[in-house]
Amino acid sequence: MFDHLSSRLAPIFDRLKKRAVLVEKDVNEALIEIRRALLEADVALEVVQSFIDRIRHKAIGHEIIKSVTPVQQVIKLVHDELVHLLGEDAGGINLEAESPIAVMLVGLQGSGKTTTAAKLGLRLSTQDKQKILLASLDVYRPAAQEQLRVLGCEAGIETLPIVEGQLPAQIAMRAMQAAKLSGVDVVILDTAGRVHIDEPLMVEMSSVKALVNPHEILLVADALTGQDAVNIARGFDSCLGLTGVVLTRLDGDGRGGAALSMRAVTGRPIKYAGVGEKLDCLDLFRPGRVADQILGMGDIIGLVEKASQAFDAGTSEQLARKMEKGNFDLTDLSGQLEQMTKMGGIAGMLGMLPGIGKIKDQLLSSRMDDQSIKRQIAIISSMTPLERRKPDVLKASRKKRIAAGAGVRVEDVNKLLKMYYQAVDMMKAFGKGKRGKKKGTTSGLFGGGLPQIPPGLSGLSGSGGGLTDFFRSLKKKD
Amino acid sequence: MTKKVETNENMQGKEADKQESSSPIQKKGWIRRLSDGLSHSSGTIRKHAFSLFTKRKLDESLLENLEMVLLKADFGVGNTISIIQSLRNEYNGKDVSPEKIAGTLAREVERILLPVAHPLNIANTHHPHIIFLVGVNGSGKTTTIGKLATQFRKEGKKVMLAACDTFRAGAIDQLKIWAERSGTEFIARAPGADPAGLLFDAISQARKEGMNILLVDTAGRLQNRQDLMAELQKLVRVAQKQDQTAPHDIIIVLDATTGQNALQQVEVFKKTAGVTGIIMTKLDGTAKGGILLAIADQYALPIHAIGIGEGINDLQPFTAHEFAQAIAGQREREQSQ
Repeated sequence: MFDHLSSRLAPIFDRLKKRAVLVEKDVNEALIEIRRALLEADVALEVVQSFIDRIRHKAIGHEIIKSVTPVQQVIKLVHDELVHLLGEDAGGINLEAESPIAVMLVGLQGSGKTTTAAKLGLRLSTQDKQKILLASLDVYRPAAQEQLRVLGCEAGIETLPIVEGQLPAQIAMRAMQAAKLSGVDVVILDTAGRVHIDEPLMVEMSSVKALVNPHEILLVADALTGQDAVNIARGFDSCLGLTGVVLTRLDGDGRGGAALSMRAVTGRPIKYAGVGEKLDCLDLFRPGRVADQILGMGDIIGLVEKASQAFDAGTSEQLARKMEKGNFDLTDLSGQLEQMTKMGGIAGMLGMLPGIGKIKDQLLSSRMDDQSIKRQIAIISSMTPLERRKPDVLKASRKKRIAAGAGVRVEDVNKLLKMYYQAVDMMKAFGKGKRGKKKGTTSGLFGGGLPQIPPGLSGLSGSGGGLTDFFRSLKKKD
Repeated sequence: MTKKVETNENMQGKEADKQESSSPIQKKGWIRRLSDGLSHSSGTIRKHAFSLFTKRKLDESLLENLEMVLLKADFGVGNTISIIQSLRNEYNGKDVSPEKIAGTLAREVERILLPVAHPLNIANTHHPHIIFLVGVNGSGKTTTIGKLATQFRKEGKKVMLAACDTFRAGAIDQLKIWAERSGTEFIARAPGADPAGLLFDAISQARKEGMNILLVDTAGRLQNRQDLMAELQKLVRVAQKQDQTAPHDIIIVLDATTGQNALQQVEVFKKTAGVTGIIMTKLDGTAKGGILLAIADQYALPIHAIGIGEGINDLQPFTAHEFAQAIAGQREREQSQ
């Protein structure tokens, strides 16, 4: 997501940077290109227009052209406007109300409401420690209620028992009563998908709203939506009065235009983003970071957060001590690789690194995918405990056995070992305090001495070209 | 499955209404329906057209407005520019009537879409004729299968549905209900089962039972998920193992509300799964489906049908003329005259 936009904007800014002086014409030309880039990224036309107008007004009105670093100023303007467009951090749904709180999810067919209901339930119950009840008011789509029941089971969240033949309003009332009786904090009401111009269904929705007086009405919208995003958001907002938006499929390779349009059109914050098919793949939406990502500035905070979730501080410290003593063995390496996959794999991590956008596609297309990490883990798993502890014992016949066990070639085993020895050498160098220039790369990449990142990983990344080198070593498999 | 019955009746009631309204004068019905759906776009075009063209002369500001209308219909930047250019060449500085400009627009749209408008034709050469429905999550694959199954049944074909979406919760039940409604055979396994194994058995069984058509529902997948795309490739290989010429149709189901990403979807699904045709769903909302032009232009894949509602009969063959007329607002004018 957003890669397309950021890869379109980068050359525009690059071209501007080549100019010593900026004249009004340059800014105008750049704005025409930015306009096109935004339109191609599916940002709604009216949003694009006002975005461009505001930047033009500020850029030309405020003597930016005459300032010392005009291009930087323009980029900053674009960034600020993007942040403005995306709105403030909404911080999830507001739980400050008398329980049971009703949360209604509405949207078009196929936008992801049912899945989002389960994801939101899981998130609120695990992270916010709320007691949740899920209820499906979708009596139209075949098996929709069953779908929510199954998802509820998977997430370990209670769902309202299905009673056939009830109308949406009746189900909603039953859900609220059940919630009151059993001390539920939040009731999540999944509604049937509907087109915002389908009057009978919108009226039905309003009557449900009047009955349960929901604390939040969230529009669930597909991040891949095109220009119609404006009509959808307006239609639902004017009929129901939305309190926020949940964007789904932000893990697709859409251009993210809907993200920029939704908030601008409704004035309601985007609260959550669906980022995967699994039930724990629902993140808070962070507008500032999205703006950074669009401008190719990466999402270091996101990376750090992911890292801190994936890494256990205790083990990391242990590991660090091991490394200092030079006792880092293949079991530890395997653990590190597994943690990398937990952090969303290479693609996920690369996506969050600043300035890497341009090479990301190359890296990924050269089959440096998560498969190679898995393969490395498989190789280590095919070793005996002794071999993992003391890789020095690995000679030809052992390597042959391991390669056969992991379903790879002997070269692959060799490459893994080479990578391992490089990492060990580096750690030893660090351990002895010979930090030298290499440290610069490491801290540069990870935003400077982040405690959550285990030294092993940063060690690996420090082999000259940083992470890319490490990835290259993974890639050399063919 | 008894617990489903009541909901079924509920739904059938809802559908019965829709069927009544569309079946007697079906041809006219669907055109009006599409126009109704598209009128939000054509309406704007027409409104703009009329308000713009009272000035009579086609100048740059008019073209700019027309450009806005096309962009809002998801035509895409490239196509919009080329349409505007051809209008400019034809009429620049000349006096034009709104009818003329709308006519040119309709002609232009029809010209692009005509070569790709092919209804889904089932030759009687394969037994069974295997059709895959593929696409991203939530595009409407399962519903479309239900509608297709109904149409094939009406043509007197023996049809089987294979629930190869074993991933999404409720997908199997949903398809089963469609099978009951359309009176078709149905084959499924437990949720989470291997879709490839199911497909293999489904083909054997369909062959044994003398089915004419096997409709295969696949799990929704985003085209940037390499692992899931590989799984789809495997399904294609499994079908080929049973019948070298299979799958005979691989239809990508596109959501009309999708923006420019639909191009990527077609690109990747075509490359990895060998998509042979398109069905566009959800044209009964305010989305215009203008992206079909860019898709037609770049991939020349047949567009088989369009979905214009949730009812069992709300799947109609795609015709370039009607679509173009509806987009340009011509249909409404003919009706109002």
